[in-house]
Amino acid sequence: MALSKFKPASFDLTDNYAFTGTTTGVTDTNQLVLIKTLTASSSNTLSFVNGASSVVLDATYKTYLFKFIDIHPATNNVDFVINYTTDGTNFNVTQTSSMFAAGHSEDNSATLLEYRAGADVAQGTNPQVAENLGNGNDECFSGELFLFNPSSTTFVKRWQGNTATYNQANYSLNHFSAGYANTTSAVTGVEFKMSSGNIDLGTIKLYGIL
Amino acid sequence: MAFGEVGTALSKIKSPAVNLADTFAFSGTVTGFTKTPLTLLSTFTSDGSDATASFTSGIDSTYKEYLFVLNDIHPQTDGAVFEFQASTNTGSSYGVTATTTCFDVVGDEANENQNLGYRTGSDLAQSTNFINLNRNSGGDNDQASSGVIRLYNPSSTTFVKHFTSRVIGNWAANGSFDTFTAGYFNTTSAVDAVQFKFASGEIQGGTISVFGVA
Repeated sequence: MALSKFKPASFDLTDNYAFTGTTTGVTDTNQLVLIKTLTASSSNTLSFVNGASSVVLDATYKTYLFKFIDIHPATNNVDFVINYTTDGTNFNVTQTSSMFAAGHSEDNSATLLEYRAGADVAQGTNPQVAENLGNGNDECFSGELFLFNPSSTTFVKRWQGNTATYNQANYSLNHFSAGYANTTSAVTGVEFKMSSGNIDLGTIKLYGIL
Repeated sequence: MAFGEVGTALSKIKSPAVNLADTFAFSGTVTGFTKTPLTLLSTFTSDGSDATASFTSGIDSTYKEYLFVLNDIHPQTDGAVFEFQASTNTGSSYGVTATTTCFDVVGDEANENQNLGYRTGSDLAQSTNFINLNRNSGGDNDQASSGVIRLYNPSSTTFVKHFTSRVIGNWAANGSFDTFTAGYFNTTSAVDAVQFKFASGEIQGGTISVFGVA
């Protein structure tokens, strides 16, 4: 009789199997795909450019998500800003943005819930995602930012961020930033940097959302 | 080669030779698949009378972010505050010094009260108290709270531990209650456990799932 079917017992199930083919018949439940992780080490900027260093930032995904983990500035009292490129090189796309924040001082002397006029831009660059960062040894911020449909050639490119900050004056700050890159060209890259000085430490992850 | 041992001589098995209706329980390592960044670590399901919901394992250096998803958390006590705290001793005690902010947006069913404001009574300034995730949880049979809490890099021994929270609930006076809480556990010790509870009364329904975000 010909050997026509292998049963499970015929396989060494403790072996490693490296599939390179395509598995069909299985619903892909992985709707969040980690694309790239960058780790700062006294970095002037951290950039994600489509096609460079395995970064995907094109029409593959409609929504992209950046995660900021323990971002620590080299310089005290600086801001964390975002810029976009349409040519992969010049991060100078004009933006309009808004920011509001809730804040509370460690000494309980002050609270705030207000629009942060100094953090926004009106047809400019360098809108803030987190502000007034402290560079004390244990100070940093964490949070996330969504970028919607960067490859559109019809609409401007909207984004929204939320970060939790231990700021330079020993406040807890909860920032809500949002805005749009005012271009109908496809955005192909994103750059993060401090308003002054380097990104000393921290991790930024880029995910695609199906 | 003995029959039944698929090894050196038979090097290729084509897909028609495999019965794909069978169950294959691999204990080896399967590579070549995309790993999902979101991993369910554990789920608390209320048995209807829980004083607390505690997560005392799985919060470590494996992930840089932990995501807690609250679904239909129902209080015993009408108007109770839902809250959480962290531990640096695997849950032996909860009460890590924290500084937090809290604001919320309220709209009632009668369309008489709409409000956005900072809530000084719900924040903390270098306190070890539990952290308010809302101000008021409606206890009617159809009322509960749901939301998402993100805890960043709890195992760090360098930085404070940031979190953000957004919880949508039912105001006891019948309305929508959208609460934004954020802050940091002001410690450079690793946070390794988290506990949720109502300030008064039990958790009488709902689930809390914790995910690791790779």
